[in-house]
Amino acid sequence: MISSRIRRLWNAYAPEIVVTILLILAFVISGWREPRFLDAAYLFDRSTLYTEIGLLTLSMTLIIVAGHIDLSVTSIIAFVGAIIATLYSRYGIPFWLLIPLAPVFGGFLGAVNGYFVARRNLPSLVVTLATMALYRGMAQILLGDSSLMTPPDYTGIERVTLPHTYLHTPLVIWITLCLVFAALLHRTVFGRYITVTGVNPEAALYSGVPVAQTLIRLFTLSGAMAGVCSVLLLSRLGVARYDHARGWELDVITAVVLGGTSIFGGRGTIYGSVVAFLLITIVQTGMGVAGVKAEIQVTAIGLLLLLAVLLSRLTTGRK
Amino acid sequence: MNGINGAPLLRTTGLSKSFGAVTVLEDAGVELRAGEIHAFLGENGAGKSTLAKLIAGIYRPSAGQIERNGRPVTIHNPREATELGIALIPQEPRTFPDLSAAENIFVGRLPMRSGLVDWKSLYGRAEELLHELGVALDPRQPARSLSVADRQMLELAGALSLNAEILLLDETTASLTPGEVSRLEVILRRLSAAGKSIVFIGHRMEEIFSLCDRATILRDGKIVGERMISETSPEDLLRLMVGREIGEKVVRGSVPTGKPLLEVKGLSQPPLFHDISFSIRRGEIVGLAGLVGAGRTEIACALFGLSQPTAGTILVDGKPAEIRSPRDAMGYGMALAPEDRQKQGAFLPISLWENASLSSLPRLSRRGWLKDSVSRTLTTEWVKRLSVRCREIEQPLHELSGGNQQKVVLAKWLETQPKILLLDEPTRGIDVHAKTEVHRLICELADAGMATLLISSDLPEILALSDRILVLRSGRIVREFDRSEATPEAVIAAAGVSTGLPDKPRSMVA
Ligand SMILES: Nc1ncnc2c1ncn2[C@@H]1O[C@H](COP(=O)(O)OP(=O)(O)OP(=O)(O)O)[C@@H](O)[C@H]1O
Ligand SMILES: [Mg+2]
Repeated sequence: MISSRIRRLWNAYAPEIVVTILLILAFVISGWREPRFLDAAYLFDRSTLYTEIGLLTLSMTLIIVAGHIDLSVTSIIAFVGAIIATLYSRYGIPFWLLIPLAPVFGGFLGAVNGYFVARRNLPSLVVTLATMALYRGMAQILLGDSSLMTPPDYTGIERVTLPHTYLHTPLVIWITLCLVFAALLHRTVFGRYITVTGVNPEAALYSGVPVAQTLIRLFTLSGAMAGVCSVLLLSRLGVARYDHARGWELDVITAVVLGGTSIFGGRGTIYGSVVAFLLITIVQTGMGVAGVKAEIQVTAIGLLLLLAVLLSRLTTGRK
Repeated sequence: MNGINGAPLLRTTGLSKSFGAVTVLEDAGVELRAGEIHAFLGENGAGKSTLAKLIAGIYRPSAGQIERNGRPVTIHNPREATELGIALIPQEPRTFPDLSAAENIFVGRLPMRSGLVDWKSLYGRAEELLHELGVALDPRQPARSLSVADRQMLELAGALSLNAEILLLDETTASLTPGEVSRLEVILRRLSAAGKSIVFIGHRMEEIFSLCDRATILRDGKIVGERMISETSPEDLLRLMVGREIGEKVVRGSVPTGKPLLEVKGLSQPPLFHDISFSIRRGEIVGLAGLVGAGRTEIACALFGLSQPTAGTILVDGKPAEIRSPRDAMGYGMALAPEDRQKQGAFLPISLWENASLSSLPRLSRRGWLKDSVSRTLTTEWVKRLSVRCREIEQPLHELSGGNQQKVVLAKWLETQPKILLLDEPTRGIDVHAKTEVHRLICELADAGMATLLISSDLPEILALSDRILVLRSGRIVREFDRSEATPEAVIAAAGVSTGLPDKPRSMVA
């Protein structure tokens, strides 16, 4: 009886279980090799470096579960950053006014993706590959090769912690959004529509699921999240540059896939993505601290991905 | 028939199949003889497809043995089955949507000439095969645009081209109309006379009795009997299959005479259908008969907002309805149970209850939040009502047998509590017992005021349920019958005989 329940749990959530075990292993090994890893203050301090990737992992999970991809998010980060910095330094618009506008700009850029994917029926890989170049290019048109400063009193607000804790602002935002996204995917009609669209888009349409509307909202959300990341990144770095966040989309997709989301859509959990993201972060930080060279780090992440996928497939016999 | 003394071409002994802890087929022993048409009978989920798949190498047995021509063999995969002269036409056709019809027939063994595909011979041979089957379709057209029936014909053509000695047909006739079934019967009889062994899986008793020589009856994964068809009766077989008495046939009550709920005026979408006008009253069931490809499915799709007609109006409750998408149609209280349920209705990797509740989510949620416990309860009721065979409603849909998947998809639509129900082959692949149950349900809903458009290739079904029957031919309504005038002969005559020649090009089916 018990074994059959475990069996069923395993069949349904093998990838999540695998990454959880790997995460615990990684944590134990790193803590043993480098005692600083057991120091919460240190850990939370390091965590700010990865918040943007952590945030993008959440929205990318939804996109991939829906059977799509959004490669343009990192370009949206750079473009929105460029817009904000330009409006601030060239047109003197107060910075605090621009902060809440960042997700709006990002959402608009995402909606453009959504329009082409949902209404024009173009593959999202192609659309966002194009806008990835387009948005990056527009950021470069705005900024050229130079950096634009953001107000100094804004730089570093990401280092502010919640009173009496080690929790930095970005971490608080991230944890909150983890819960929000988990609820969104697993508890709302929107989330169910995302899943079934990923499983079988044709049947979803026949079943009365507003497929196009769902996709447009989804890409808008993805863009808005990039907008949020853009603000956080500006605060951390203090400057806007056209090449910000370049290449991060692959790290994001790696985390999502490592967490058990099917790259073909229709399956995935926020929990899996979050654990996988933490796993990658710990492995990378651990290796960084231990002085492992960058190229070895990349190799290790690649191996990790293969290992996790193999482990969860072999035993469930999923095709 | 000449099969009685034929030598067994294939024999299974003690064949069993389990998935995890569940045994779905146990200790099955059958003999397939040359020149014999052998029926596998049973309710949905009895294990018919499983037995066929074991013989065709799609599944590996958990226990037991298969002998081919008296020699024990292990069939590891479909390819080895092919080499042993065994071909299966599966319940759900596996088609590559982007390949042409001809490529699908010869997939994996395209004719080659000096290292390149010999297209001329490919299309030529495909054309020959299709002609032999009496299917009027262009071998060059992409499979994406083909109906289930047509895709099944591609599978059959592929199997024939292999010249297999043992041919297994898993519910191939389920989506065919009477004319097409009789054409297929002729072909199967010819093959069997030529010494082939044929396994025929189906739920329609008429077909079993007109075609088959012998029947093996399965119930709950076990073989419960074997009969010579000439020495048995439908009642006897049904009793064996069901193991209990079957409910009475449904009889429709009085004919409704209210105001029309759905009116269609001059609906056209060339070249699929032209100038379609009809109306359905509250509580009325209108049958739409016609050959496969006559445009029945296309009309239903247009009504449901899946395609945009070029002319005509649709009125719901007397008011013009703007229908651009299924969502709009649902807003007018419509529901469509589509023909190709695997492709257009089923979400195979997710649970039964997530499938069954999907179309009713606006009702089964509050402010966008899911009320999953309500969905689960409702699904449990449907499972009982339609006697869906499953272990639990958390099971992913793909673990159910074909017929049980159909029931879940049907439940999804009935769950929406529609005012206007468009049913496209509602009982395709559903067993006798459940079929009666579905019929009873349709009648009940009609009595409660629902307007129903019933598309069915199953003539007895159309005749039993419809208050009126519209006959479609080449995309036009050519006859209308009242219930009192409708006889099988009259309807078939009006639909036109399947000559095997296209009465219009069948390409571009939506
Ligand atoms: N992958 C699977 N995992 C678990 N159970 C399965 C799986 N595939 C089939 N089954 C079960 O095996 C049983 C027999 O299925 P099978 O497809 O052979 O039925 P069938 O007689 O062909 O029914 P139908 O008339 O509906 O096609 C069903 O109860 C089904 O739920
Ligand atoms: Mg079956």
